Amino acid sequence: MDLTWSAGESAFRDEAREWLTANVPHGLPSGDTREGFAAHLEWERLLFANRWSVVSWPAEYGGRDASLWEWLIFEEEYYRAGGPQRVTQNGIFLLAPSIFTFGTPEQQAGILPRMAAAEDLWCQGWSEPNAGSDLAGVRCRGRRVDGGWVLDGQKTWTTRGAFCTHIFAIVRTDPESERHRGLTYLLVPLDTPGVTVRGFGRLDGDEGFAEVFFEDAFVADDAVPGGVVLGGEGKGWSVAMATAGSERGLTLRSPGRFLATANRLIDLYRQTLPTGDPLLADRIVRAWMRAEAYQLYTLQTVTKLADGHEAGAESSINKIWWSELDVELHEIALDILGPDAEREGPWSKGWQFALSGPIYAGTNEIQRNIAAERLLGLPRK
Amino acid sequence: MRFAPTDDQLALRDAVRALLAAECSPAVIRAAWDSPTGLNPALWTRLAEMGVLGVLVPEHLGGLGMTFDEMVLVVEEAGYAGLPDPLIDHAVVALPLAAALGLDEVAAAGAAGERLVLVAGLDGAGVVHGGSADVLLVVDGESVTVVDPVPSGAGTPVGDVLDRSRRLMAFSAPVGSEGRRFDAVGEPIRSARTRGVVASSAFLGGAARRCLDLTVAYVSQREQFGVPVGSFQALKHQLATALMELEFARPVVVRAAHSLTIGSPDAERDASMAKAMMSDAAHFVARACLQAHGAIGYTVEYDLHLWLKRIEALVRSWGSAAEHRRSLMAALSLNC
Repeated sequence: MDLTWSAGESAFRDEAREWLTANVPHGLPSGDTREGFAAHLEWERLLFANRWSVVSWPAEYGGRDASLWEWLIFEEEYYRAGGPQRVTQNGIFLLAPSIFTFGTPEQQAGILPRMAAAEDLWCQGWSEPNAGSDLAGVRCRGRRVDGGWVLDGQKTWTTRGAFCTHIFAIVRTDPESERHRGLTYLLVPLDTPGVTVRGFGRLDGDEGFAEVFFEDAFVADDAVPGGVVLGGEGKGWSVAMATAGSERGLTLRSPGRFLATANRLIDLYRQTLPTGDPLLADRIVRAWMRAEAYQLYTLQTVTKLADGHEAGAESSINKIWWSELDVELHEIALDILGPDAEREGPWSKGWQFALSGPIYAGTNEIQRNIAAERLLGLPRK
Repeated sequence: MRFAPTDDQLALRDAVRALLAAECSPAVIRAAWDSPTGLNPALWTRLAEMGVLGVLVPEHLGGLGMTFDEMVLVVEEAGYAGLPDPLIDHAVVALPLAAALGLDEVAAAGAAGERLVLVAGLDGAGVVHGGSADVLLVVDGESVTVVDPVPSGAGTPVGDVLDRSRRLMAFSAPVGSEGRRFDAVGEPIRSARTRGVVASSAFLGGAARRCLDLTVAYVSQREQFGVPVGSFQALKHQLATALMELEFARPVVVRAAHSLTIGSPDAERDASMAKAMMSDAAHFVARACLQAHGAIGYTVEYDLHLWLKRIEALVRSWGSAAEHRRSLMAALSLNC
């Protein structure tokens, strides 16, 4: 056990803290709205220009070759500085790991730098009206033709789809196939003729969702540098499952985010209730401990990854933990605010968004099934 | 940065695990409920020979001179096995206190398993296995009085308790009024208490894991309505939550142990976090496991109750979760 940072890691933290403190913008409108998204893009481009947008990537793609530990440190400093949401996250945290694992050199070189620079904005095309938790039920079809694919079908719940330029989609390319067989992971520009994107509103009031309609949409093989198929025709399920592990495991929600929220909650409590409230204080302590536990658990996880072990089904309990914690942190805040809680404000907004946590990246019910079956070994049927 | 045990630490853990698997069966725990002393001398000797009793005792006194990074793994294994003998009270709490007070012979004899050394006045309704103590370190405020040897008939049994393997003994004056007295030793006393807090947390983690393993094995083969009951989603979800609570409390305990190892100024705070979280986690696991078993779990014939009762006793020993959260409220300046 050694819970100290090296001199190099401390220096990295200092550098990140200094730059972020000087440059983080405050008061941006939500990145899930049109005008907010544009403002967040400016921030993403500033991050990229200073090599902070994808620190753990190779330098040739815009990163700093930072270790997983340094990435963790950066995330901590990012949230400590009050950094705005990363509107590029679906690309850089969900798609990019799959491109690193399954992409050809041409795909990596052609796609990743533009993603890091926020020149291409990627959204996730997985869910369909009839395929949410049951992802293997996707019906969106890709028919092979000369020089490309013709797509037909519909995707939904596509976060920020209305503001993006590209979509990574799971499509059924073998018409005889069922369930998780015969699926292909396709990378598709959203300005392809035959593709229509319709944004719609989320519970938190933002136009953060989209439906994406494919009607006889021809996607050329070279519509994306290195080719539109990621990981091989018919291999879409394994590529998707690799992504899902990152999504719920480490990369989507690092501990820094919740530690920062817990600290803001404590500030809110002290400002609003200067003489204290024992019941609320007890809830705060419980939630704060859970944020700290998440960080310690992550240090343990990253140690295993650094030792070369794969992130496994532990990502399921990871996801349940942070998503339920986020709701609790925000509900305590609303209880502190009391009658003022129903007025618009950052905590109300944050609570509304936190409610989606137990639903996205695989519902917590699905995660509990996975944890029970794969971590405890309970029988499937 | 490295949050993991070393290979040597894992080797010690594995050796303890193997010994306890072989020699601390549920039958041993049952025997401890009803036997005259509740102790297992042969097993205690084996633990001494392995160095387990002297993990925290300096080498020049015959101990292993190791740290809490090692001890936390050892105590977790004791929890998994449900060891009835007072490993925490003797090896973790008392012996380092004896060494700190310069009681070299006491510490050495304790590490060798020759004398049972326990602390009174530090926690709880009584001293666990106090009736078998050879040496009693009686805490009173910032003073410790050494009662050596403990006169026979010195204490009173606390009487029937939930977990009858715990053999609680109450000591009152004049015990502790005669004997060598150390004043102004508040710091070693606080350290002893912190060790008890962290060790009980580690034991709870091991005990909770045992409950979960018993339960998974049972519900995987118990059939109703033509299928294993463990295939029902209600059980899966409850047990998945139980696993999650345990898995996230554990690193908090390991970190608290490390804080003791390095003498961190935050050791007491970290210990409170560990006890608060692991008490709640172990309690939740025990309840979920009982429920998952159905009626069979609600018998004395089935082993689960042995661990469930031990867990409930330790949940409120060394400070309850609520008490530790109160300490943390103060540490976070939440003005209550």
